[in-house]
Amino acid sequence: MSKQSQTPKAAPAPSRSMLLDWLAIQRNRITILMILAGMAMVLPLVANNYVLEILTNAWFYVVLCLGLNIVVGYAGLLDLGYAAFFAVGAYTTGILTSEFGVNFWLTIPVAVVASMITGVIIGGPTLRLRSDYLAIVTLGFGEIVRICARNLEITGGASGLIGIERPSLFGLHLNQINHFYYVFLALAILACFISYRLQHSRLGRAWQYVREDEDAAEAMGIGRVAIKLYAYVIGAIFGGVAGCFFAAKMTAISPETFMFQQSVLILVGVVLGGMGKIPGVVIGAFALVLFPEVFRGIGSMRMLVFAVVMLVIILYRPEGIWPARRT
Amino acid sequence: MSTLDILLQQLANGLILGSFYALVALGYTMVYGIIKLLNFAHGDLYMCGAFIGFLFLSLVSGLLGESWGGILCSMILSMITVGLLGVLIQRVAYLPMLAAPRLSILITALAVSMVLSNGVMALTDGEYEAFSTDLGFEGLEMGNVFVTYTQIALVVSAALLMVTLFFFINRTMYGKAMRAIAIDQDACRLMGINVNKVITLTFFIGSALAAAAGVMAGVYYGSVHFFMGFVIGLKAFTAAVIGGIGSIRGAMLGGLVLGLLEAFGTQIPFIGSEWKDVFSFGILILLLVFKPTGLLGKTEIERM
Repeated sequence: MSKQSQTPKAAPAPSRSMLLDWLAIQRNRITILMILAGMAMVLPLVANNYVLEILTNAWFYVVLCLGLNIVVGYAGLLDLGYAAFFAVGAYTTGILTSEFGVNFWLTIPVAVVASMITGVIIGGPTLRLRSDYLAIVTLGFGEIVRICARNLEITGGASGLIGIERPSLFGLHLNQINHFYYVFLALAILACFISYRLQHSRLGRAWQYVREDEDAAEAMGIGRVAIKLYAYVIGAIFGGVAGCFFAAKMTAISPETFMFQQSVLILVGVVLGGMGKIPGVVIGAFALVLFPEVFRGIGSMRMLVFAVVMLVIILYRPEGIWPARRT
Repeated sequence: MSTLDILLQQLANGLILGSFYALVALGYTMVYGIIKLLNFAHGDLYMCGAFIGFLFLSLVSGLLGESWGGILCSMILSMITVGLLGVLIQRVAYLPMLAAPRLSILITALAVSMVLSNGVMALTDGEYEAFSTDLGFEGLEMGNVFVTYTQIALVVSAALLMVTLFFFINRTMYGKAMRAIAIDQDACRLMGINVNKVITLTFFIGSALAAAAGVMAGVYYGSVHFFMGFVIGLKAFTAAVIGGIGSIRGAMLGGLVLGLLEAFGTQIPFIGSEWKDVFSFGILILLLVFKPTGLLGKTEIERM
């Protein structure tokens, strides 16, 4: 693990607090994680429905942000149409359960395959190009998916799909908010785990190499386009699976959920927290969900304040609140 | 109406749409050519231009009326204001980020775009504002094809702006400096060109052109909205890519080509107007796959 090997070598900077020194030891970090996870587990016993609804939403955005983080944070590709994958997952589940009566759990593998295919279709041709072209193409693609969802018959047109059946798990019908709280908490933990394993895998190191120096990476035998495509497709799967559960929780989906603003919001979560760093992204996702709730009072100024905060952070702390350490 | 009439009518519509696209695409391509930045905020500058023009028009309408005099005056004022806004954005947001990684500056541009669109949304409560003018609906009728004088005037003024820009880029000292900086910034600095000043000027001109297009769109469509910059930003980028990004002539050509393609595209069976945007983004994606350098672009394919 790279962080462990860095710790003894890096001389403690004078400004570093004792807390950070303490956190640098992995055993301590695991303790903290266990405490946080325990707190998250017992929360539904004490919190009211409003708090649970918001936190469920936060865990949901953790999954989406971690998925986009693979594309943006690990591989360094700007994706402005991430909501499209989320839409593909949500509509796959929506169509299969409401039109064809398929069991919810069986729609997940279908959604995974569908988002993979979408990822390959859009990523395959464009990943060879400059990264800023990719940003625009993904933006255009996100719009194409939304317009298709709006105009096709099978997706329910502008009004979307309603009456998506809620799933059962071991005989328990998932219809309470605390059920979904646990479902999304489990998804978020799974997403953290997969992200962590990916980051420290051979593939993760290849992403980092390509991100830092594409030509050098290629000279070392890393297939530039293939590696980027992996990032893109894995990110798409995260979005697709999150979309399945979103459809199941909401029981209704409409094209307006998947607008450009949704993609930007997810990107803001990744950037605010710190690209490429799992705790940073989790914090970013929480900030994303909690910010509008906390500032509910200022009404229409809310998004403006949000945008200004984002601009200030990117200008003064371009690596995010809790950035990945890079050597 | 005969098929020929429909085609001629779409030709007229396409030319108008295309000249808006071309004006906005010029700003994209100039900024991209000179500092290799994809300015996501450009579409929002177009939107700001429309709103500021609307504001000035209501201020000067008492003095000059809501006809051509008032519109021209408010358009010029809007171009200057938005030009300065563009310079401010460049100074505050982009200048400190030029040395940062590519991803950071792209995200900065996105944040600027969010600030502008959400700012206007907060000011207008997200409502449509009626851009009322006294221009009337008289026009030329050629057979079954009908074109209003307003439409003709808009196309002519867009063409005038583009011709002026073309001469500015190709015949003046500053234009020459811009072209030189696009090729090699460091060499220009060594030759005594004030690079920062020229970059500032580029932002000013690009933003002013977007504002002009915004005011024209306000006059043409009769209403302005905080979200109007988003789709046109995308379309203008598509136009710039069709022409070959970084090329001035390419942006003009690309804008017209895209406008015409869209106008005729709506006439193809099974592609109704609701599929119009899919059609043009589809063109963008296909173009990037098969000819990423565009019609008039240079042949090299750069990597980040």
